[in-house]
Amino acid sequence: MTARESHEELAAQFAQWRQYVQRRRELQPADADELEDHLRDSVDALVAVGLSADEAFLVAVKRMGSLDELSREFAREHSERLWKQLVLTGEPGSTAAGARSRRDLWVMVLCAAGAAASVKVPELFGMRLNEDGAFYGPNFSLFALPWLAGFIAWRRQARRPLIAILAALFALGAVAANVYQLTETSQSVVLTGIHLPIALWLVVGLSYVADDWRSSRRRMDFIRFTGEWFVYFVLIALGGGVLMAFMFGTFEAIGIDPEQFVSLWLMPCGAVAAVVVAGWLVEAKQGVVENIAPVLTRLFTPLFTAVLLAFLFAVVRTRSGIDVEREALILFDLMLVVVLGLLLYSLSARDPLAPAGLFDKLQLALVLSALAIDVLVLLEITQRITEFGTTPNKAAALGENVILLANLAWSALLLLRFTRRQTPFAALERWQTGYLPVYAVWAWIVVLVFPPLFSYA
Amino acid sequence: MKVAKDLVAASATPMVLGILAEGQSYGYAILRRINELSGGELAWTEGLLYPLLHRLERLGYVESSWQSVTGERRRKYYRINEKGLAELAEQRRQWDTVVDALKEIWPGRGDHRPLTAIPPGCQA
Repeated sequence: MTARESHEELAAQFAQWRQYVQRRRELQPADADELEDHLRDSVDALVAVGLSADEAFLVAVKRMGSLDELSREFAREHSERLWKQLVLTGEPGSTAAGARSRRDLWVMVLCAAGAAASVKVPELFGMRLNEDGAFYGPNFSLFALPWLAGFIAWRRQARRPLIAILAALFALGAVAANVYQLTETSQSVVLTGIHLPIALWLVVGLSYVADDWRSSRRRMDFIRFTGEWFVYFVLIALGGGVLMAFMFGTFEAIGIDPEQFVSLWLMPCGAVAAVVVAGWLVEAKQGVVENIAPVLTRLFTPLFTAVLLAFLFAVVRTRSGIDVEREALILFDLMLVVVLGLLLYSLSARDPLAPAGLFDKLQLALVLSALAIDVLVLLEITQRITEFGTTPNKAAALGENVILLANLAWSALLLLRFTRRQTPFAALERWQTGYLPVYAVWAWIVVLVFPPLFSYA
Repeated sequence: MKVAKDLVAASATPMVLGILAEGQSYGYAILRRINELSGGELAWTEGLLYPLLHRLERLGYVESSWQSVTGERRRKYYRINEKGLAELAEQRRQWDTVVDALKEIWPGRGDHRPLTAIPPGCQA
């Protein structure tokens, strides 16, 4: 072996060793540099006493001890490194990424402020937040979601046609919310209040997938985004609740009643701003924090399966029919939504190439038991509708039930075939992402067609 | 004979501060110097030395910088500062106390005083 060859081999060994070191989160690049320098000194000393280069390398690495032990010692001094930090304005070293995340931060603040301001704009035209429920109920999502979509479209540098489509869809939402003059007590106003946010959220999704809206992977990213956004939003809402409790307590102690300020300013403005902030957080922390939605799914899938199976068992055992009131139907709709959510978020975190495991079978059990329960409910409800006629609420709840049932039934089939290794996992993923437009279409139907169809009841 | 791990850990800080008081140095050289001083009896590892150096830096006793001395690789050098020298003096006082006390009870090598235990209650 010539001197040059052995030199190259040594360089390759060092490169490989560095790779191992860099996989340790406790050891940062500067530490790797320092340790590598140490290793080189050891190798040089050993070569000087007559060892060949690769022998010297082996001995030097062996002397340094196992990386496990080394990183344990480092972790004791640098325990903060095990907690990934959210860096809001980029690493001090990297200027390009830093400038970008600073710009993101400013645009986000702008969008959040815009959302907060837009809630209060209708007051200029004589609307009152605590009195005009028929206006604010259906319109609330229109104050927040366009700003979120705007922020995301800005981040994605969406092209003009897409921006025009987004604007048109939000305008359509505004028309749907306001053109029908629904009364505060009608069922339709509640239905619009529930379905318009769903329709508009999928418009946000359109801005999220931007130019590549046919791509199944991009849609799956949007599903992940939705889950993380929801978790962040709930966390912000909890923090907001604590803040408000403090405000009430402290201001009342000095004889000032903060209720007007809290209910007319802090809560509505804070809520719409939180929608934007949560969206920005998900984007900013990508890859910094472990995604939490899939972790929650893993925790709750077995528990929900157990509850549903117990319920099924109880129904069969006691032979009692399910008492299907309107509330009950909505409850069972929600159950399907939860099951679908559990399914979606474990799909979103799964390695598509991993073979089917125990967890997939557990999921199949969850979906099947949900389906069985839902079929029982559906039988009851159709009987009831044929007896007493239909209302907007019943029709909407029934429609949702059918949509979710269709999704879950086909998912169950795909899951079954996947656990039997007949279809690849990707088929399941494609089915779920391909189904997203169905929700959008249904939500728009409820918002646009239902009020005239049921004569604004 | 190898020095027990606890004792190595306890003496680590004054040892490193003392070596750095001789002049700025880097990790590998510090380890070699410790080896030299103890005749190879003190078993130091990289896992002990580098986190310790980082801790001393965090506490503000030493400062570090990447330098390349002519003809050598770029290395991370550590340099003791005022605060570190004060800490070294303090540690030295403590160690002197311990060492003096030990010398009192342990007879020196040339000293043939018999090791007699005095039963309690029989002094005076």
